[in-house]
Amino acid sequence: MSSSVTTDPAVASDLSSPGRLRADGPLADSSASERPPGEPRRVGYLYALPALLFFGLFVLAPLGHAAWLSLFEWDGLTDKEWVGLDNYADVVSDPELRRAFGHAAVLLIFYSALPICLGLLLAGVVARTRVRGLALFRTILFLPQVIALVVVAAMWKMIYDPETGPLNRALRSVGLDSLEQNWLGGFDIALPSVGFIGTWVMYGLAMILFMAGVQKIPPSLYDAARVDGAGPLREFLAVTLPGLRGELAVALTLTTIAALRNFDIVYITTAGGPGTATTVPAFQVYQRVFEFPRVGSAAAVGICLLAVIFLLALLINRTAERGTATR
Amino acid sequence: MTMRKVMRGLTVLLAFTLFLAACGDDDDDGGNAGSGKKVDVAKAGDVTLTVLDQQVRSGQDAALKRLNAEFMKRYPNVTIERTNRSFEDLQKTVRLAVTRPDAPDIVQANQGYGIMGALAKANILLPLDDYAEAYGWNERYSEGLLAFNSFSPDGSKFGTGNLYGISQAGEIVGIFYNKDKVAEPPQTMADFEALLQKAKAEGDIGIQLGNAGDDKYGGIHDYETVLGRTASKEQVRDFVFGKSGGAFNSPEFEQAAAKFQEWNDAGYLTPKVNGTAYDAAVERFAKGDGYFFIGGTWNIATLKDAMGDRVGFFILPGEAESDEPIALGGEDLPWTITRKSENPDVAAAYIDFITNENAVKVLVETGNLPAPPVPAADRPKSGLEADVFEQWDRLNEADGLIPYLDYAYDTAYDDIGGGIQELLDGQEDPKEFVDSIQTKYSEFIEGL
Repeated sequence: MSSSVTTDPAVASDLSSPGRLRADGPLADSSASERPPGEPRRVGYLYALPALLFFGLFVLAPLGHAAWLSLFEWDGLTDKEWVGLDNYADVVSDPELRRAFGHAAVLLIFYSALPICLGLLLAGVVARTRVRGLALFRTILFLPQVIALVVVAAMWKMIYDPETGPLNRALRSVGLDSLEQNWLGGFDIALPSVGFIGTWVMYGLAMILFMAGVQKIPPSLYDAARVDGAGPLREFLAVTLPGLRGELAVALTLTTIAALRNFDIVYITTAGGPGTATTVPAFQVYQRVFEFPRVGSAAAVGICLLAVIFLLALLINRTAERGTATR
Repeated sequence: MTMRKVMRGLTVLLAFTLFLAACGDDDDDGGNAGSGKKVDVAKAGDVTLTVLDQQVRSGQDAALKRLNAEFMKRYPNVTIERTNRSFEDLQKTVRLAVTRPDAPDIVQANQGYGIMGALAKANILLPLDDYAEAYGWNERYSEGLLAFNSFSPDGSKFGTGNLYGISQAGEIVGIFYNKDKVAEPPQTMADFEALLQKAKAEGDIGIQLGNAGDDKYGGIHDYETVLGRTASKEQVRDFVFGKSGGAFNSPEFEQAAAKFQEWNDAGYLTPKVNGTAYDAAVERFAKGDGYFFIGGTWNIATLKDAMGDRVGFFILPGEAESDEPIALGGEDLPWTITRKSENPDVAAAYIDFITNENAVKVLVETGNLPAPPVPAADRPKSGLEADVFEQWDRLNEADGLIPYLDYAYDTAYDDIGGGIQELLDGQEDPKEFVDSIQTKYSEFIEGL
């Protein structure tokens, strides 16, 4: 695991070689000899400085500001009132916020678990068979990932419309009237409907990652498995799945983040409704800032959301790394 | 380099940004408080007035464009810089806009605790009582209409205290009906319900309603229309104005919820109402689908364009024909002046100009319902507009306008709208609905 800013010694020495200030050369060399090879020199920070400045200004500063605001009760207009950690206590005790985090957990299934299963399935199929026009299929299957989420959401809102939407119309036209749903307006079906949009968007990403990963697995492993008489399922479990461990970690991380910070799809399709049936943490943040003047609470929700995402991402990557180490 | 070092670096950066954030708050309003007098705008020197409004619908926009042009023609020394946003967008951005150093001189700040109350409390709006005296606004508007735009300076009491703005247009939320299907507007509640039943029997829709997602106002307007007939107008006003004794969990509020739910269960409303967009419902009604549509007078232009003479307007009748008229309504967003304005005297003259007798004429000509009285000669003689003017007069005469429920407290729109969605889906019964709103309302009132 490498956590430093400049990691590769080759790159570091590359940067400090001939073209650079000559006076620096011997100095750098002498200091370099005092520590173990591979340990970066202080001058490395200088190279990272512009990036760090931007990072500080546009990521850390707003983050710090948000953390600061989360300790107050503030309507955005009058003076702030110090409330300490009360806003964080609310995240746990406020039923609406609890519900929002619960919905985010449900969306994890739709945004993360389902797309990854679908992606694995598709990758597994491709790994075993030669498909004609694979590039075309890949492009089509990946397409949802390329469209702007706002467009995706607006499109699905039309598809789900109970009267004029193609989904209910199709059901009616084949006589399945009983299956007609109030997709985005029913209290029980709205969240899965929103989640399904996420599945549709995210599976292309998972699929591309896994397909690329599969191509990396040496064909000899497949041959060996086949010689040993492995069936498709066995082959998938013994060869494809272990070979995709790294890609799996990446896909899990990306889809989990997308699931938890989901805002645009909810905002456009349901605005958290009906009632609060599809409200999610990011939408609560938005509402608390722009609709109800509760900026402190919004900041607290945002920080909690960040913490949850950060912890999950860490967990996923730790698990994946441990796996690689023991293999 | 170790993780520890990275963390140390990040901590320093974080501490620094916290420091920056903490000292970033400074307030300085550069404006002046104004003279409170009528001034000669022509002698005010070169003035730029920045205006933030929500007049985006065709009729509203046309009226304001004309009035702005007339104002600038009359006073060449004044330039009006106008920014307009839709109602929803303005609601969400107005707080940011008025707290910026370059805040607009004039802004349309919505009535109620959510915006006007909050801005009054934060001392952002200029009280206009002296200007009202100087320009005769107190005579221009009925007492009820002035109350909608008034607040106590600490933002705790709605409907009294300082006058913070005046409105251009009147609003009624009433019932549009399709004349092909309904020959005459019903005279009693029983007649109305009989028509709903008839519609249902014909396989038609009684009341077109779109209540999906954030279009919750559809449901709120319908519910409150019924509420006007189960509760007294004082009960509704006491609740909205936050007066002692005002409550949402009274039997009358529950009764309205029950009746509205009953209509839905009986199949009188648009099917799958929580999945239907508001605009889709308007469009279907305009195409001739359904008997009635409950909506505000801001829909006049759209419906008239689509339906011509085949659409009429009435307000929900009571049990008996002789019951006094009551309907949801009031006036559109008031024009207020911010304390940051450098030229409050000119701003006041502008607000006067867009609401005076000439403005009233322009508003009528562009298909709007002016809030100030309209001389008989300027009134529309027939059609949808004539219906609306007639109801407006009746309501003003009988003091029958009840204010929007969502003025009542900061999250009222979301709570009541969401509650109605639950009600229509059978997730909540009427009692649970009124109780849950009451809980949030009491919390807010106690916190004032």
